Amino acid sequence: MLDLDPGPYAAFIWPAYGLTALVFLGMIAASLNRARRWRKKAESLTRGPEA
Amino acid sequence: MFPAPAFLSNPERFMAFSRWAAPMFGVIAVVLALAGLWLGFTAPEDYQQGDTVRIMFIHVPAAWMSMFVYACLGGASFLALVFRHALADAAAQAAAPLGAAFTVLALATGSLWGRPMWGAWWVWDARLTSVLVLLLFYLAYMALRASLDDEAKAARAGAILALVGVVNLPIVHWSVNWWNTLHQGASVFRKGGPAMTVDYLYPLLLLGLAYMAAFGSLWLVRIRAEVWRRRAEAAALRAARA
Repeated sequence: MLDLDPGPYAAFIWPAYGLTALVFLGMIAASLNRARRWRKKAESLTRGPEA
Repeated sequence: MFPAPAFLSNPERFMAFSRWAAPMFGVIAVVLALAGLWLGFTAPEDYQQGDTVRIMFIHVPAAWMSMFVYACLGGASFLALVFRHALADAAAQAAAPLGAAFTVLALATGSLWGRPMWGAWWVWDARLTSVLVLLLFYLAYMALRASLDDEAKAARAGAILALVGVVNLPIVHWSVNWWNTLHQGASVFRKGGPAMTVDYLYPLLLLGLAYMAAFGSLWLVRIRAEVWRRRAEAAALRAARA
């Protein structure tokens, strides 16, 4: 049975999961943005699309 | 030469490999994370920790990753320093921000568990302090790389600093044995097998593998970004000289 009621520990458990989600989203967004930005830059300075 | 670095030391082969491997690891991470979270939130409350045991499912994998990523950073730095692999240096540079993020997560989620269980957000025990030192090594590595304009000097200095920091890894791992710490000892990778019921072990291992796959995916994406950055800067330099 799914237990989403942490009772008196909600103030510790949800921030822990929320922070984890935020950090993962930040890592994903930062990594993809960085790759996209440099790929575009490299493509504009070299001949064609990269691998 | 190790087979994997030899294969991946060719940028063209690496780019072809990482093009499909990065999204594949990402999908694996999502599937494992969903399975781990489901098992984690269907597991019974711990008789001592109550519901806070669910913080362990995200804290422990983050702590594992903080050390694993640093080992990757150290290994890549060694290859970059000794064999002058440009991709190994890119791999080291790409790993550091991810490792720092996992270390912050390990410290923050540990703190959120420690407050209700220990009655303190932070204690200066050997495990917590050595993990804080690990975070400082990540930050110092990134700051050092960012502070030097000469790419070759930055790579060399960064690699040396990263290798010095490797000394801290066994200290983190065995700190709970070498000193009398408030932090508990190893409960998964220990002699005699894991000291926990499968109700907690399975979600922990699934989320550990999910974190590992997520790191694999993001690491490849960031190494690809680094390859493109170096290509762009080399092309810009050629254009400026022409």
